[in-house]
Amino acid sequence: MTVLKPQGVLRPGTGPVAWLARIALAAVFAFPLLFMVVSSLKPDQQIFGDLGSPAAFLPVGHLSLDNYAAVFDRVPAARFLLNSVGVSAVTVALGVVVNSMAAFALSRMRVRGKGIILTLVIATLIVPFETLALPLVWWVNQLPWLTANGFSLELTTGWLDTYQVQVLPFVANAFSIYLFHQYFDSIPKELDEAARMDGAGWFTIYRRVVMPLSGPAVATVAILTFLPAWNSYLWPLMVVQSEELRPVMLGVQYFFQLNVSWGEVMAYTSLITLPVVALFIAFQRAFVNSIAASGVKG
Amino acid sequence: MKTAVKRLLAASVVATALGGSLVACGSGSGGSGDGANGELTLWTHNAGNKEELAAIQSLVDEYNAKPDKKATVKVQAFPQDSYNDSVVAAASAKKLPCIVDIDGPNVPNWAWSKYLAPLELSADLSKNLPSTLGEWNGKTYSVGHYDVALALLARRSDLTAAGVRIPTIDSPWTKDELDAALEKLKGLGTWEHPLDLGTGGTGEWLPYAYSPFLQSAGGDLVNRDGYQSADGTLNGDAAVEWAEWFHGLVEKGYAAQKSGKDTTADFIAGKSAILYTGSWAADKARAALGDDLVVLPSVDLGEGPKIGGGSWQWGVTSGCKSAEAAMDYLSFTLAPENVAKIAQATGTIPATEEAAALIPAYAPGGANSIFREFSQEFAVLRPETPAYPFIATEFGKATQDILSGADPKSTLDKAVKDIDANIKSNGGYKG
Repeated sequence: MTVLKPQGVLRPGTGPVAWLARIALAAVFAFPLLFMVVSSLKPDQQIFGDLGSPAAFLPVGHLSLDNYAAVFDRVPAARFLLNSVGVSAVTVALGVVVNSMAAFALSRMRVRGKGIILTLVIATLIVPFETLALPLVWWVNQLPWLTANGFSLELTTGWLDTYQVQVLPFVANAFSIYLFHQYFDSIPKELDEAARMDGAGWFTIYRRVVMPLSGPAVATVAILTFLPAWNSYLWPLMVVQSEELRPVMLGVQYFFQLNVSWGEVMAYTSLITLPVVALFIAFQRAFVNSIAASGVKG
Repeated sequence: MKTAVKRLLAASVVATALGGSLVACGSGSGGSGDGANGELTLWTHNAGNKEELAAIQSLVDEYNAKPDKKATVKVQAFPQDSYNDSVVAAASAKKLPCIVDIDGPNVPNWAWSKYLAPLELSADLSKNLPSTLGEWNGKTYSVGHYDVALALLARRSDLTAAGVRIPTIDSPWTKDELDAALEKLKGLGTWEHPLDLGTGGTGEWLPYAYSPFLQSAGGDLVNRDGYQSADGTLNGDAAVEWAEWFHGLVEKGYAAQKSGKDTTADFIAGKSAILYTGSWAADKARAALGDDLVVLPSVDLGEGPKIGGGSWQWGVTSGCKSAEAAMDYLSFTLAPENVAKIAQATGTIPATEEAAALIPAYAPGGANSIFREFSQEFAVLRPETPAYPFIATEFGKATQDILSGADPKSTLDKAVKDIDANIKSNGGYKG
């Protein structure tokens, strides 16, 4: 029997050259991170002194946690981290639910003109956020919100300087809807019909049939929603004024004074990169799959 | 499958609850701070700048403790690099606080945009350095506690070794003298680039640092008679001659096309012989070099040495519902001891002589008093027009292009064309 090799499929090499190439490529990406973490432990003079030699990437010389102590002295880093964790988690959770529901409706339900609706949703991806930012500021400033005032609720206008303004505008996401839609389309509709025979309604089909089969899509959307939420800079810069509501990325600017302490910059960026790296390690497989599935870089 | 959905929903609930608790923590902290409820919010660009922020907070605390205070002032600090964006966004949402600090050259633009109200202070501003007042259309919109001054820092030993005359405030270097000095210093072979002009700087540094050279050469950023065109001032013969000289510094190897990020540290480390910088660098350099440090006036390119005037100042917003209280706070901060407190914390030039007398380094004969003299003798305000932010951006781009070797005349012509088009499209920025 002849075994046919698939044509045109790239297979990763396993020889020493391939491994060396992989290690070299990994080093290119790992060295900036390594430099950041190692430099965060060194005084400024040593950081600059080590530049241009391998010592820049090695934990050698006078090492201490002084830069980390200085970070917490200059910036309310713990508060910023808590804010970013909260904002990112809520954005991801609501994003998964809302976008999957929208995609479910477009994929499974009989909606007149759903092709046009989907096209219009996807078309919004063309508009860069920077174009929308200022009109969006005006818009969110007109929106109502219920605010707790003692034991009663008060209707107020304007979302500026709140947590919800950092979350809600980013819950509905055209790309997430598209991803869910494509994934839902690949799930056989016969499963819906079988569930219907058992008396299930649309919500039950969504909750009990389609979503449980959509783990990879959920992971992809969660990751692709989390990263921009965590890295968000322009929007909170425009809508958040109180220091206690600011996310981590705004904290980076605190360090750029007349005399920049690069050790502190490295310590702070190490701190705010740590959660992302931990998340990446925990969900490495899903992350790689999400990039492969979506065809985009996160 | 069922478990997976439950997990997802549970995670959603936890995340939403976490968000809710954060909202609970944060709610009520914002407040417009427009003075409607007896509380004024003050915005400053000093987040991360511990010394200046602490000095501002201490003034605020003192004011809040006064029995005759007219409101309670609350400080909200923003990082400097993103401060203007935060203000513009807040202004578009009509959420500006009562008191803001402003970089001096932006005052006319903010006044024209109706962000600011004219000041009506009980404090006497006539003794302030002119560069610490932000004016437009004949009205004062802002006042600063301090200014900064540009200068050349060098080592006396280096200049002596090269046989170069040490210039004074009465006898600064001419263009030819500076060129000759740089040639001699380069000839010593100690430095690849003997002059550090801070060419790695960005943003407002570019017009702040380099437009005074242009003015000293006889050009300017815009025709100050009506501020309606830059034609003839930014691209005239004097301006082109300046641009050719400026590029020549790089071409001859006297200055780097792009200097390091921390020019003071480079100078102290001996990477340059002469550093073009501001008064803020002097204390650090003096601490490292001691008596060998000499502070020199900027070069005279024909019209006398020029340095940029105008640093951060304070203004009251036009939407403030308690403007009288805001003015009262600002007047309080302008007492000589309060001006001295801020200037000392920032290592800057106090706005008044009375305040300077309270700081040994700036008192007559003090180590830094020369910067106050530079400011009095050579300071030129950046053009007091609402068009300034646009002009500054265009000039910054042109300067970088010229340093990179672009043709001076065509680069300046393009800047003029863009500036004139901007002024025209804004109706001449007339009040």
